[in-house]
Amino acid sequence: MTEFIIFVLGVAILLYVLLAGADFGAGIMELVTGKKGIDTISKAIAPVWEANHVWLILAVVIIFNGFPSVFTTLTIYLHIPLFIVLVGIIFRGTAFTFRYYDTVNGNYNKYYTLLFRISSLFTPFFLGVILGAIILGRIPANVNGTFYDVFIFPWLNLFTFTTGIFLTLLFGWLASVYLIGESSDHETYQTFMKKSRLFLIMLVISGLSIFLLAELYGLSLFRKFAHSALSIGCVVVATAVIPLIWRNIKRRNSLQARLLVGVQAACIVTGWFAVQFPVMIFIADGSQLTIWNSRAPEKTMFLLVIALIIGILLIFPAFAYLFKVFKFDSHNDETIN
Amino acid sequence: MDDFLAARLQMTVSFVFHIVFACIGMTMPWLMFIAELKWIRTGQKVYQDLAKAWAKGVAIFFAVGAVSGTVLSFELGLLWPKFMEHAGPIIGMPFSWEGTAFFMEAIALGVFLYGRNRVNKRIHLISGLVVGISGVISGIFVVAANAWMNSPSGFDWVNGQAINIDPVRAMFNEAWFQQALHMTIAAFASTSFAVAGIHAFMLLRYKENEFHRKAIGISLAIGAIAAILQPISGDISAKNVAKLQPAKLAAMESLFKTSRPASLVIGGIPNEKEEKVEYGIHIPNLLSFLAHGDFNAEVEGLDKTSKDNWPPVPIVHFAFQIMVMMGMLMMGTGILFLIFTFKWKEHLHKRWWLKMLVWLTPAGFIAVEAGWIVTEVGRQPWIIYGIMKTREAVTPMPGIQYPFYMITLIYLMLTFLVFWLMRRQILAIHINPQNSNIHD
Ligand code: HDD
Ligand code: HEM
Ligand code: HEM
Repeated sequence: MTEFIIFVLGVAILLYVLLAGADFGAGIMELVTGKKGIDTISKAIAPVWEANHVWLILAVVIIFNGFPSVFTTLTIYLHIPLFIVLVGIIFRGTAFTFRYYDTVNGNYNKYYTLLFRISSLFTPFFLGVILGAIILGRIPANVNGTFYDVFIFPWLNLFTFTTGIFLTLLFGWLASVYLIGESSDHETYQTFMKKSRLFLIMLVISGLSIFLLAELYGLSLFRKFAHSALSIGCVVVATAVIPLIWRNIKRRNSLQARLLVGVQAACIVTGWFAVQFPVMIFIADGSQLTIWNSRAPEKTMFLLVIALIIGILLIFPAFAYLFKVFKFDSHNDETIN
Repeated sequence: MDDFLAARLQMTVSFVFHIVFACIGMTMPWLMFIAELKWIRTGQKVYQDLAKAWAKGVAIFFAVGAVSGTVLSFELGLLWPKFMEHAGPIIGMPFSWEGTAFFMEAIALGVFLYGRNRVNKRIHLISGLVVGISGVISGIFVVAANAWMNSPSGFDWVNGQAINIDPVRAMFNEAWFQQALHMTIAAFASTSFAVAGIHAFMLLRYKENEFHRKAIGISLAIGAIAAILQPISGDISAKNVAKLQPAKLAAMESLFKTSRPASLVIGGIPNEKEEKVEYGIHIPNLLSFLAHGDFNAEVEGLDKTSKDNWPPVPIVHFAFQIMVMMGMLMMGTGILFLIFTFKWKEHLHKRWWLKMLVWLTPAGFIAVEAGWIVTEVGRQPWIIYGIMKTREAVTPMPGIQYPFYMITLIYLMLTFLVFWLMRRQILAIHINPQNSNIHD
């Protein structure tokens, strides 16, 4: 039962990375492509961003319902980066919507746009910082200590910053590949492709830096990855698909490219889970919050499983339909009305 | 600022902000659905214009509702970790159902708002219905979670730990039905009156405009029914509060001494020190009847609760008076609307009537905020009634005033922006009526 819940949690996080990540990435893309992509990007995100965003809510609900001490540990010790992420989520969602709907185009659009882009950049960065802090194991066991020791030290360092940068780049890379398929003219296509390459190169560099820094911080990630066949496999696949993705981009097979980049991101997330399992949070005194010692009582878990199963039966078909309508159907707007 | 106070204020600001968008999110889909249905039935273009114009505003409200709701779900932990540690496993269930409802809502909303030209009419209409239904359901689930804080059940509290947890009983606690009913009706009443008020304002400017006339027709029909049901459901609430949380009822009524029979106090200024109400109007025996359905019943006063467990009496009392006053105004208007519609239609075109609707634009939302203040402040000092004090639950992190200032500033800014954007959207309808939605 616990495994099933963790599996759904993993899927929710993965889908948040793949879908909402791409939405954040779209904002990052705008930042680097300037005016050129704006129309393509807005049209691509508008119908789906709200639904994409709900994966985060699902993840939060699963955590506070099923693993309450994990939720409270995170919210106590990572209060500051979490709060920054929340501010980012507010700014991003509202700025995007205001921009899209404020059709009485005035001079204000440029402020929304600025806000949208900046928050698309710092929100994933701090999400990455939070992930880094969870892996790094500096979260204290109790609140005895100075403000700095307890509420800042756990997440403020080079390692977490690198994980932040990695996640930001990953989102940018995902979005660039998705958006290539949405671009209608040759020029936009070329721009997106150039940026795509840039993101990819930096992504690989930052990924390697995470491993190197981990050694410096005494967190032998290499060894942990080497331990599990699943995580090795994930790293291999994630790297091996790069040339394939690139070829598909060049040949304009946007659907294949999208699928492959999805597989790649899935491998990255799965690889991380495989290393982490069954630990949810590493604590500074060497103890761990695992899925076993932090889970809620039996009955709660049972009801959560039922809620999730029914939810899945309802949500997945509906979600597939949404994407079918907006992402895969040809854009023949006149025929129906 | 004291961290505990800052945390409470941050929670207050976040909820006061979110609830407005939640009400709109629960009601607007229904109004749009009705407009759309009328368009399909009658073929009158004005109904389609209406559905489109509303849809445009709704997208903005939904986005703000979604992000402010997300903030809340984190804030429960960021501000009250000790509460969530115990409450998570007990009331997580309604939240997990709510998650599903949100999903359906967000997905259907995508289809409804952006799919007008992409899916066929019937699917489009159904998606609107799904948005409406799942909005209401998600509202009911959250309120059930809140009702549990007022009327905790489904666990045994032993040595500061919850054992024998039963989430089903926790969700269907004794207060859930009354609160869910009252809240759902409140959402319809408040949003419908606001919509009617805005269109009445426009109608005063652009006389005999068919678009605004139809808009008032649809929204006020819903609003009137809701406003008439609201005091009835409020009476059910009051009776339950008298039973489950006597201290809250005593604070609402500023009843310092247990009385048999008890008289109803209208208005007045409670004086906590001398334990009496100044300048209020007292109606003999009525409180006994309202609380227990018997003109001679005993009503428990604040003297039955030790003074350090009193909620802040004046706040609760004033908030309750405001809610009831708004409720009476809205009910009166609702009744007039029904009378005019069936009997004296010409009055619906009178200026005084439209002006009154304009004045009542914020009434429902004022009542909603006041009602929540009654519920939440009236529960103090408890976060889980009778089990855990709010003060015990607050986060150990110092410096909470800074996030509080930031959230307040951001929400003030967003409030201003949303108002301003709506104004522009509404005025734009008249600048270019044909082109009221360039995106679809
Ligand atoms: C349009 C909004 C609106 C209107 C007109 C009214 N209310 Fe209300 N009231 C609410 C909106 C609301 C609310 C915001 O929705 C609350 C907060 C919690 C809840 O369940 O509903 C609420 C709470 C609430 C409570 C506390 C319930 C609790 O703590 O469990 C009582 C006793 C009443 N109401 C009673 C009334 C009465 C007697 C009204 C007579 C006119 C009335 N309300 C009108
Ligand atoms: C009485 C109180 C509440 C009611 C009636 C209510 C109702 C709603 C409704 C109808 C929506 C969807 C409409 C919209 O997006 O505008 C919504 C959004 C949301 N609410 Fe609330 N809510 C309440 C309190 C809360 C609380 C306490 C939380 C969190 C703990 C919360 C979390 C959320 C979230 C996460 C969303 C966004 C969902 C999405 O993306 O679609 N709400 N709320
Ligand atoms: C949306 C309508 C709501 C409004 C306007 C609202 C308003 C408030 C207010 C004014 C307070 C501060 C009370 C005080 O400290 O004096 C408060 C506290 C709180 N509310 Fe609500 N509330 C709402 C719904 C909910 C719901 C649905 C939940 C949970 C499921 C909830 C959970 C809490 C918690 C945990 C606190 C902090 C602890 C406490 O003060 O008791 N509220 N709320």
